[in-house]
Amino acid sequence: MSIIETRDLVRDFKKTRAVDRMTFSVEPGESVGYIGANGAGKSTTIKMLTGILKPTSGHVRTCDLDPMRERIGVARRVGVVFGQRSQLWWDLPLRDSFAILAAIHSLGEKEARSRTDVLVEQLEMGPQLATPVRSLSLGQRMRAEIAAALLHSPDLLILDEPTIGLDVLSKQRLREFLVAERRERGTTLLLTTHDMGDIERLCDRVLVVDHGRLAFDGSLTGLAATVGAQRVLVIDLAQPTPDLDDIPRTRLLGSESDGLRQRLAFDSEATTAAAVLAQVSARHEVRDLTIEEPDIEDVVRRIYAASGRA
Amino acid sequence: MLVRAGFRRHSTYRLALLAGMTTNSVFGFIRASILLAALTSANAAIGGYDKPTTIAFVWWGQALLGTVNLWGFSEVKDRVRSGDIAVDFLRPINPQLAYLAGDLGRAAINLLGRGLPALLLGALLFDMAWPPSAASWVVGAVSVALAVVVAFSGNFVINLLAFWLVEIRGITLLWMITGGLLCGLYLPVPWFPDWLRTIAQWSPFPSMLQNPIDILAGRVVGADIASAVAVQLFWATLLIVLGQVVLRAGRRRLEVQGG
Repeated sequence: MSIIETRDLVRDFKKTRAVDRMTFSVEPGESVGYIGANGAGKSTTIKMLTGILKPTSGHVRTCDLDPMRERIGVARRVGVVFGQRSQLWWDLPLRDSFAILAAIHSLGEKEARSRTDVLVEQLEMGPQLATPVRSLSLGQRMRAEIAAALLHSPDLLILDEPTIGLDVLSKQRLREFLVAERRERGTTLLLTTHDMGDIERLCDRVLVVDHGRLAFDGSLTGLAATVGAQRVLVIDLAQPTPDLDDIPRTRLLGSESDGLRQRLAFDSEATTAAAVLAQVSARHEVRDLTIEEPDIEDVVRRIYAASGRA
Repeated sequence: MLVRAGFRRHSTYRLALLAGMTTNSVFGFIRASILLAALTSANAAIGGYDKPTTIAFVWWGQALLGTVNLWGFSEVKDRVRSGDIAVDFLRPINPQLAYLAGDLGRAAINLLGRGLPALLLGALLFDMAWPPSAASWVVGAVSVALAVVVAFSGNFVINLLAFWLVEIRGITLLWMITGGLLCGLYLPVPWFPDWLRTIAQWSPFPSMLQNPIDILAGRVVGADIASAVAVQLFWATLLIVLGQVVLRAGRRRLEVQGG
């Protein structure tokens, strides 16, 4: 049985078609990144998966239930976090939100306590339990939202832009937690994001949606290969150096400050960062380096371009 | 649990409770003075209200004013408009029941923290009629709870209109004005001219205030108590069912865009 199954799923708003004949399925335990430009139809799909929006036509099943008819059944088995909306009680201490949600999901007292304790410990929220939700920082609130969505131990966790606006450290902690949660409980994960790091760290499969249509379905490496997205090695050299335009299997993107900093694009399939670095340092003294990963907007743009839309 | 949450949410704002109590008391004085003057000049009971019953009418009214949500609420409407109502649909519980539970909690804290102190003050300063029997107390309490449910359910339906209308402020205002008059807040419903009384009796508004007050002030006794509560029960059921129907229709119409 698939956790998510859609077939020819369509949702029209007044004048626009937000989701256009979407067909895909997600198996238990999978971790799927769902990406696309703003307004491509990501949130609309999620809302149909969870019974918030009624599809215009087509077929959708979540946890083998019809989300519109069996909303409550779906709600018991799915946890959802909308990055822009809160499911916590604004003016109550965080602890109360967990207690209320445990009651709403009819968890037993013992079960509620042990699950809350585990989540609070793993997400390091102990010190915030007595704080009213309105006084939490964004990072703290987002961890609290995720704990709230996982309180009833759902089979499927849906995260809509979970790391939006978070600083690097908060993102890192959140991702580590999600990796651990999936390893322990085998929770299926569906995640929309604008952050390539989220996809790289968390997802083994990527769906790209473009104007409501599925433009790509496959692995992350497959995606990079399809679009030919290149990584960029930025090298700071000890001395002004002539353009490094002859390093095999790389392309010079630019050189700054008389060649003190040079940017080399390369394809992960063709060579590695280490090989490029070795070739450069054989000739010149390298002081520092950074690697720029293909950015998600860029990947999406290329997919769109490949499928004939700009 | 949701009831307790509603209670706690509203008990956070202690200053608001105090301010509410003060306002209720001040208006209690004013209204009591006006109505007593009217009774004095009439030189007899009006519509079954003698002086102690009238005082009870005024102070129970002031006490229940914050308890029963006569003026309505905008939380649901705001959530429909912002799209946050989506989060309510992600929970394995009927949103109407969840909000009702929260409102019962709100009512409880307002009765304890704001209503009863105002009532006590009124009772200390005026000669006031009390429920004539233990049964009146018990049924009175039930009637207050039903009044809370009726007022909530009516307002819930009004809030849900936000699914279809961009702005419901006009309707809310109309509801407030009509409701404020017909529920018997300003004047007891039995003092109304016949035509207005007839309108009131066919509306849910007296069930929100007049009925519990009548029972608690001892104006309505015996078999009439049963019919007063039965009317409330009727409106509570009708409005809850209506709320369910409208909620279901609204969910099918929901367009949450972005975010």
